[in-house]
Amino acid sequence: MRFSLAVIPLVLFAALAGVFLMNIDKDSSVVPSVLIDKPAPEFSLPPLPGRDAGLSKADLTKGEVSVLNVFASWCIPCRAEHPLIKRLSREAGVPVFGLNYKEKDPQDGVKWLAELGDPYAAVGMDLSGRTGIDFGVYGVPETFIIDGTGQIRYKHVGPVTADVLEKVLLPKIAELKG
Amino acid sequence: MTKRLLMLVGALGIVLPLLASGPAMAVNPDEMLSNPALEKRARDISQELRCLVCQNQSIDDSDAELARDLRVLVRERLIAGDSNEEAIDYIVARYGDYVLLNPPLKPETYILWGSPVVLALLALLAVFAFYRRKQREASAGTTASLSREEQARLDEILGSSKGDGKA
Repeated sequence: MRFSLAVIPLVLFAALAGVFLMNIDKDSSVVPSVLIDKPAPEFSLPPLPGRDAGLSKADLTKGEVSVLNVFASWCIPCRAEHPLIKRLSREAGVPVFGLNYKEKDPQDGVKWLAELGDPYAAVGMDLSGRTGIDFGVYGVPETFIIDGTGQIRYKHVGPVTADVLEKVLLPKIAELKG
Repeated sequence: MTKRLLMLVGALGIVLPLLASGPAMAVNPDEMLSNPALEKRARDISQELRCLVCQNQSIDDSDAELARDLRVLVRERLIAGDSNEEAIDYIVARYGDYVLLNPPLKPETYILWGSPVVLALLALLAVFAFYRRKQREASAGTTASLSREEQARLDEILGSSKGDGKA
């Protein structure tokens, strides 16, 4: 009796240490999306100035796995991840779509892509940010993986790094392609 | 003298506007609805919703761009005829329960809501057990645990006049 009581603090400490250890690599500012395994919202966005095609839900439901990358010219991490979105577009073998989020000036997105290169199969311009809200976007960049039926299957919040690209996004896309 | 008066006026000029301005608000006048009842409801709803950018502020308090967009969206929903619950559900459908500053009671949150109650009960139990043990020790412990010599010594100290009471 006395011995088992003495062990309680030790057990509590070990349990707490275990919980902390499990969460030490977890970024607590990342909010898990409620839209995972749910259909992508309906949307229809105009093209960037001077381009023909915008982006709509129909582009995501063509029976092919696709990626939707939310970016903005004012977003510094977007600039950092851009080379990796280009790599993703080359290596994944699926269309990568761009959602140009809340530019102050419609031309900003065009200039940005002209400067850094355009890896996107199509870009929709979300000036109001309303489509972003429908996708549960709370900070750019965000990257969604969408299956052929238009269901959101994965979301990465924050800039894509080489690690995320190789260990998470590419395997996930390969898995969905089957 | 006039210098002092000027300083006083200057100080009042700084302090009075601060006193009059009240708590800082993130809501811009151009977002507000002309209907005061709707605006009041929108404010109430906004105070319940977490800003996902700052995370410890409500969208009513936050200056973040997204918070502004969500405030405007809430007002649009109210104008479209949504009840407060419908407007909140509209945001929750996109951002999850995490946007609610008051987490709802449901299976996923039983631990969150239940743990304070469980801890309080455990504490009560511990206090109860502590006093039970003390009481048991007080009633059963002392006389029984004295050895014969100790008892004899105790009797000696207390004086043998009261000794006839014991076995």
